Formats: sequence, C-alpha cells, structure tokens
Amino acid sequence: MDPGLRSELQRHGIFVTTLEQLYNWGRSNSLWPLGFGLACCAIEMIAASMARYDLARFGAEVFRPSPRQADLMIVAGTVTKKMAPQVVRLYNQMAEPKYVIAMGACAISGGPFKQGYNVLKGIDRYIPVDVHIPGCPPRPEALIHALMTLQQRIAEESLLSPKRPRHLRPDQPGEYPVPEFGPHDLVPPKNPEVWKPPILRRPA
Amino acid sequence: MDDVSTIPNSGRYVTLVVFLVAGVLFALVPLALARLWAWKFAPPKPGAVKNSHYECGLESRGDAWRPFKSSYYLYAIVFLVFDVEVVFLLPFAVAFSGLPLGAVLAMMLFLLLLVEGLVWAWSKGVLRWT
Repeated sequence: MDPGLRSELQRHGIFVTTLEQLYNWGRSNSLWPLGFGLACCAIEMIAASMARYDLARFGAEVFRPSPRQADLMIVAGTVTKKMAPQVVRLYNQMAEPKYVIAMGACAISGGPFKQGYNVLKGIDRYIPVDVHIPGCPPRPEALIHALMTLQQRIAEESLLSPKRPRHLRPDQPGEYPVPEFGPHDLVPPKNPEVWKPPILRRPA
Repeated sequence: MDDVSTIPNSGRYVTLVVFLVAGVLFALVPLALARLWAWKFAPPKPGAVKNSHYECGLESRGDAWRPFKSSYYLYAIVFLVFDVEVVFLLPFAVAFSGLPLGAVLAMMLFLLLLVEGLVWAWSKGVLRWT
C-alpha cells in the first residue's frame, strides 16, 4: 500500500495494516534480550534497563536468564578468545528468530584491546551481527538507538519475498560452528561464511 | 421464553453443550492458528548445539546421575529423631491409658528404631557442642 495514502487515511482516523506489519510490530516491540554481560559495557546495558533510561519503553526490559527464552543477544563487552566459544554456543542455543547487537568497541572490533593476544577482534567473525554500536563504553542512549534501529529492521522484514530474513530461509543455517580454544588461537580463527569484511583497494 | 417444564428433557442442556463447544473452540482455535503461523513463519531450525543441554554456554560433560556427598545428613537424622519422635509421642502419651497391647508394642518398636538412631548419632559425637 502506498505510504502516502496510508498516512492520509491515518489522519482521518482510519488505520490500515497488513498481517505482516502487524506481526512485525508485535515482534519488534517485544524483544527479550539475553542477560549476558561480558565487561564494562554490561554496566551501561544494566543502566539502560533501569528506571532512568527505561528500556521497558521499547518492550525490551525482560532480560532472560536462558537463551531458550531470549531472542536478542547483546554482546556487551570484550570477547576474549576463551569466552568466544561460549558466546557462539549461547547464540546457537537461542530460539529463532534471533538477533545480535554488538555493543561497544570491543565487541565490534576488539577495541582498545585489539592488539591483545587473547582478545577476539569482533564477534562478527563468528555470528551474524545485526547492529554494531561503537563507543567505549557506549552510553545507554546509544544502546537504545541500536535497539530502535533493530526494531526498524524487524519492522521492515518481509515474510514471503525472496529478500526474507535469515531465519525464514531454509538454505541459511540456524546455528554456526563453535570455535575451539586452541593452543595459539581460536580454531578456526574466523568463520568465512559470516565474516566478509569489505576489501579496500587504493587507487593506483 | 418457554416455561422450563414444557421443554423436553434432552433440550434443556442444548445451551450448555453449545457453551461447552464454544468454550473449547475459544481455547483451541487461537492455539491452532498460532501453530499454523509458526509452522509457516517460524521454522524451528533445530541442531545439535541447540538441542543440547544448556549450561551457561559451556559444553555439558559427564552424567547428572551420580552420587554426591551430602554433609547435612547428620542434621537430617537428628532432626528426624527428635522432631518425628515428638510428633508421634504426644498423641501416644494422650491416648496411653486406653491403648491395646498391640498398639503399645508397635509404638515401642517405633521408639526403639528412633532411639537406635539417637544412640548412633550420640556415638558419632554429633550431640557434642564444643
């Protein structure tokens, strides 16, 4: 439906929707995050869920203690190489549809510890991340912005078209290989199926 | 409205049956719709890791069915000896004069079992405070 016509109808008190929009509206406003803090970013995540920033306004205040009940993983903090297999396993154990917010410089790239021997340089090497938040640590407003961005993405998800999201496509995996904590590095060091950084070429 | 006495007996409960059927449908139809929707739009995508035991992200190892040492068993025994004894001794004492011989013997046997536990706990040094 034409969005102009819809807003015109809305002005006259007639609300038009589709089943898909209604479904996505319900889904995007009831994201249950996994109670899962890794480092200092978790403090900001906790602050975001408390009264001052009140994540409950977006329906995302129900932090679940089990991945079986959660549909949003907020990777809040530094992912060490020892922790990375656990993060991936927890992601695998979440029910579909599931989303990931990588919160803070560490979770998206390794951050200030990028040169460290034991820090994973971004969780998007192993699991698909929907929203990245930069910052060290990002303020609760940034997390709320990320959540709103994710809500927007969910609201735009199509259920039947060929561009439907990962969880509705039978060819896409529901779980990703869990890396092993090897003697020198994680084995494998990245999942090339997931991690496809853009290759920058300087003009000659 | 008809007078109740003029309705034949079988017709009296028709409203009840309709109500029952409507109630069952009211409960089942949304569930069926949800299941139908889930079947189409929420593919479960099970897998080995997903179906495994959840243990805070760690791989669960070993068997949960194994004996483990409980250090509170002594407390449990002493509690049983004193508490259960009191619970049964009070009615026993109240009805003592009117009891037949068999009941007294049964009670004595019961007391003996508990006293045995007490003696065992005593010899283990459980009752010593210091």
